Amino acid sequence: MIKFQMPNLGADMEAGTLVEWRKQLGEFLHRGDIIADVETQKGLIEIEVFEEGTLEKFLVKEGEKVPVGTVLALINDGKSEVTESTVSGEEIQKPEIHPIEDRKEIVHENTELGERIKISPLARKIAEENRIDISLLKGTGPEGSIVKKDIEKAISEVKKPIKDAEKEADKTKEISVKPSGPTSDAMRMAVAAAMSKSNREIPHYYLEKRMDMSKAMDWVKEANKDRPVQNRLLPVAVLIKAVAKALDEVPDLNATWENGLHRKNEINIGFVISLRSGGIVVPAILQSDSKTVDEIMETINDIIPRARAFKLRSSELSQSTFTITNIGEGGADKVFGLIYPPQVGIVGFGEISEQPFAEEGMLGIRPVVDVTLAADHRATDGLIGSRFLAALNRHLQNPEEL
Amino acid sequence: MSEMIKITYREAIKQAIRDVMQNDERVFLMGEDVGNYGGAFAVSKGLLKEFGSDRIMDVPLSESGFTGAGIGAALAGMRPIVEVMTVNFSLLAMDQIVNNASTLLHMSGGQLNVPLVIRMGCGIGRQLAAQHSHSWEPFFAHVPGLIVLSVGTHEDARGMLISAMQSLDPVILFEYTFMLNLEKEIPADSGTVEIKKAKVLREGNDISLITYGAGVYKCLEAAEVLGQEGIEVEVIDLRVLRPMDEETFLTSVKKTHRALVVEEAWKSVSISSEVVSRIMEKAFFDLDAPVERLCGVEVPIPYPKHLEDASIPQVSDILEKVNKMLKP
Repeated sequence: MIKFQMPNLGADMEAGTLVEWRKQLGEFLHRGDIIADVETQKGLIEIEVFEEGTLEKFLVKEGEKVPVGTVLALINDGKSEVTESTVSGEEIQKPEIHPIEDRKEIVHENTELGERIKISPLARKIAEENRIDISLLKGTGPEGSIVKKDIEKAISEVKKPIKDAEKEADKTKEISVKPSGPTSDAMRMAVAAAMSKSNREIPHYYLEKRMDMSKAMDWVKEANKDRPVQNRLLPVAVLIKAVAKALDEVPDLNATWENGLHRKNEINIGFVISLRSGGIVVPAILQSDSKTVDEIMETINDIIPRARAFKLRSSELSQSTFTITNIGEGGADKVFGLIYPPQVGIVGFGEISEQPFAEEGMLGIRPVVDVTLAADHRATDGLIGSRFLAALNRHLQNPEEL
Repeated sequence: MSEMIKITYREAIKQAIRDVMQNDERVFLMGEDVGNYGGAFAVSKGLLKEFGSDRIMDVPLSESGFTGAGIGAALAGMRPIVEVMTVNFSLLAMDQIVNNASTLLHMSGGQLNVPLVIRMGCGIGRQLAAQHSHSWEPFFAHVPGLIVLSVGTHEDARGMLISAMQSLDPVILFEYTFMLNLEKEIPADSGTVEIKKAKVLREGNDISLITYGAGVYKCLEAAEVLGQEGIEVEVIDLRVLRPMDEETFLTSVKKTHRALVVEEAWKSVSISSEVVSRIMEKAFFDLDAPVERLCGVEVPIPYPKHLEDASIPQVSDILEKVNKMLKP
């Protein structure tokens, strides 16, 4: 039996609302099937299943909001023992009441709306000692305050091995999370939480390099010559592909920092998309390194409208390993990004514009782009970052090899 | 285990007075009507006959005068017990107590001790009205140089005076008029008691009831009832209101994580104010709920029985408050 849990779709996600089950009880699930729609602060996400088996039981009803890690359904894979399934297989899921990573978070904890949590001094002390995140607890003390008993209950739930999935699901109902849809306010709060965490915890270092785009632009122009409009390439596809190849050479930047550097096997480049209603989403272009420039362009064409319609898949939201932010036409010359935790780098492309450019003693006018790298100094040093920008530049000067 | 005897609070105090008078001829008792009348509350009844009028001394109705005389006698090497009929009249002697008794050791550079015990009836009696019923322990507990003791149990009624007489500094001893007829069991050989420490009278893990004086038996009674409901109450009798023994109640609060302070004195600027402050200062991070208080209502104690009852915390109030604190 497989326990299918509420996935974590980003460092800032604490809970999600199960909007709709997309499969029926008894239906056979294939790897990659979309099992449900979940609403988060980032919008409506299609959740994929990564196991095979028969849908045995729903444990969470449609419309219910539950914390990350809550068991949503049981999938019968023909084995009697219970295994845990998560959307992003390799990641360890947080239990519904999860220990926090950083002591600071407790001190500064606030609810989504910035209200102060009522908690007794003793309960706070015990929570800190046991690294319990009090923002997910419901207090049973005076004026609804969190008291020692509530923390002890939370500790026992974190430590207790999960025996009865159903019981577990019941219990999570008691944990109150403030309701919030994918409104622009909620989106703002999600961005605020992730970026505050980034700025608070990650010691960024910044590098910048101006790159000649004439060869890349010529190559794109050439490739587009015989194509119908809808199949034309945009320079951004070339940039993404070049970043993927550069990351392949400098794997320390394709990684996460979670009490140490963890390199990632796949290169899944997150691509920042600004929403018209405000806020941003960062869907991943999965395995960017093994896709051709054309395939990357197709993926972008598919993802952008879905992102704007809040219709992304869980894998696209949870699995990026590096981020690109691209200003595009008519925008700023340079952009200095904030790293999306727990990633360790973000590359920023300014507007591609014609500039005087000196090379081999000659001054000419060429399309250039100012490229910045913000990287986590805990994970890498400037030399690595510099090597990455050099590799990126080299690939952009040889677009035909992309 | 020694033999237990049944004794009233009044009789326990009388035995203590007799005890100290028999053992030290420097000891004498002075106060209004303590001799021929046997004491306003009959505490010293029969003592005049036993010890004579030199040692059981009736005095004029002048608290300032006879308290001052007591201080003088103490300075001259005697061991006086001054009885002020009720705390309500002690204000007339306040100048002697605060400006003389409590300051002389300091102002003489340590040369002059004032080994004096002043006994006062305190709290409500039986419908004695405002001018005979107040609880003014906080006034005295405010003053450095005094030792302020509160007699909340029969064992302390028997032993506190004996121990207080050994003190070289002035002691204010609060006795509770309401409890005089109350009968309890104490060990037959009951004698001196510790007068520096509070006392845990009942152990429990769920909440600390911190009290003194007339609140002690009420809290014990409430604890008994709550115990039957499965709530383990720890009852602490402060006993020493100055210098306050904070260690005992802080230790208790660190164990139970909750505290309710019960006293009959007015709430504002009271003994409970001091207890709560010290808990906040020294045990804040051990608290699992706000500290609460049950105190006297801030009115002159009324004459009618039902209003008198309503003006001070009763057992039912304690039960209600504890239940509310533990089961919000």
